[in-house]
Amino acid sequence: MMDLLQTIQQAGQNLLGSAWLPIWTLVKIMLIVMPLMGAVAYLTLAERKVIGWMQIRIGPNRVGYFGLLQPLADGIKLLMKEIIVPTGSNKFLFVLAPIMALMPALAAWAVVPFNAEMVLSNANAGLLYILAITSLGVYGVIIAGWASNSKYAFLGSLRAAAQIVSYEIAMGFALVCVLMASQSLNLGDIVRGQQGHAGLLNWYIVPLFPMFLVYLISGVAETGRAPFDVAEGESEIVAGFHVEYSGMTFALFFLAEYANMILIAFLTSIMFLGGWLSPLPFLPDGIVWMLGKVSFVLFLFLWFRATFPRYRYDQLMRLGWKVFIPLSIVWVVVVGAWMQTPLWFW
Amino acid sequence: MENIKNFFKTFLLFELLKGMALTGRYMFARKITVQFPEEKTPQSFRFRGLHAQRRYANGEERCIGCKLCEAVCPALAIKIEVAEREDGTRRTTQYDIDLTKCIFCGFCEESCPVDAIVETRVFEYHGEKKLDLYYTKPMLLAVGDKYEEQIAKDRAADAKYR
Repeated sequence: MMDLLQTIQQAGQNLLGSAWLPIWTLVKIMLIVMPLMGAVAYLTLAERKVIGWMQIRIGPNRVGYFGLLQPLADGIKLLMKEIIVPTGSNKFLFVLAPIMALMPALAAWAVVPFNAEMVLSNANAGLLYILAITSLGVYGVIIAGWASNSKYAFLGSLRAAAQIVSYEIAMGFALVCVLMASQSLNLGDIVRGQQGHAGLLNWYIVPLFPMFLVYLISGVAETGRAPFDVAEGESEIVAGFHVEYSGMTFALFFLAEYANMILIAFLTSIMFLGGWLSPLPFLPDGIVWMLGKVSFVLFLFLWFRATFPRYRYDQLMRLGWKVFIPLSIVWVVVVGAWMQTPLWFW
Repeated sequence: MENIKNFFKTFLLFELLKGMALTGRYMFARKITVQFPEEKTPQSFRFRGLHAQRRYANGEERCIGCKLCEAVCPALAIKIEVAEREDGTRRTTQYDIDLTKCIFCGFCEESCPVDAIVETRVFEYHGEKKLDLYYTKPMLLAVGDKYEEQIAKDRAADAKYR
């Protein structure tokens, strides 16, 4: 495998010279984005199936066996639909907003390691980059709400803005604990810091369990998933920020939401669940473990949606500011003190 | 004491886990979905679907044009014109039901003194043009002829409750 890659590299270098590097990078980007889009498509099917099962239904099963072609049918439908731009809207921003929402959801994948070798950019400040780029996602939502010139969309985007800002802080502090434990901002090094003879017990979820919960719940809030989906809250403000969107522009918001879900699942696996490391020391590490953990976290996302009713907005703010932020700050101090004692094994 | 208990219950996400256990159990429960075109739910003999006009066994239409159904119809979906036939009996020359107006309440069926207008069990019908759902007398009689066996059986089953 490595030999083959080397041969391709060499051949490309000889053929294209200095133009080879951007092309090779583009190829690698495609290799990440294409499976990601496929995963997004099938995550929508998985969501409908899982939620269906939990509501004693069977979910989509008409398009292809087991409903397996349903995402394709949905995609074609959305592509064919007309994109309606409201008369009173700001047309440039209206079209820009879904792009702004999708861009950070894809850009963040640049530093995500899939296993020990597979990473597009092994940046040293990977964690910082992730925090910075995922925060940009909210601009798409705000612009969408404002450009639509609709009160529901505007309310939705205001809610989204306040919510994401609040939960970003708790999320940031949870990650501060992780980087204290791993002494690194490089996502690959964070996973390597969880390597050890005890397998599962070496993962950061063990000393940082409260932070794992804070991170996971904030992650659900960040992506605007149930029970924190007040930004779209269809029973209160119709569909929130994307009321006025149709066809492919709506599909882009959809893609961004699900790509963000997968991203958060990957980050949770990397930070707390040992990334590509195997849970039992005698089993080999590999990308299989990574994908398994990601699937589990994604299943949790769907499980939450099938179980919990939507938070009221003030309760959501209370949870963010009065519970998560104090809790995570306290845990930063606890971890700091703990690391000074000989009882720190990680 | 109660406060401390609540504090730990909240922070250990006790209620949330309980809720998730419930939905998790239902994930493996037997599914109750009825897969419509292949499977169907049982119907009552009082099912109120598509309308039909019945005939007597000798082929004579039952309707005597009394207009009771037209009077009772809450949606004003029925339109009747009456004239005297050559043999001196009163018959309808026009009997239309606009199914886009009809609310399927079954009052017409109940008001009919001769069991002429009835609602059948048929509910899988459609119209592709606007007037496809405007049922005229020949259309209603045709429906009646087609499902007479089932209609008679349903009336017989319901008779003892009337």
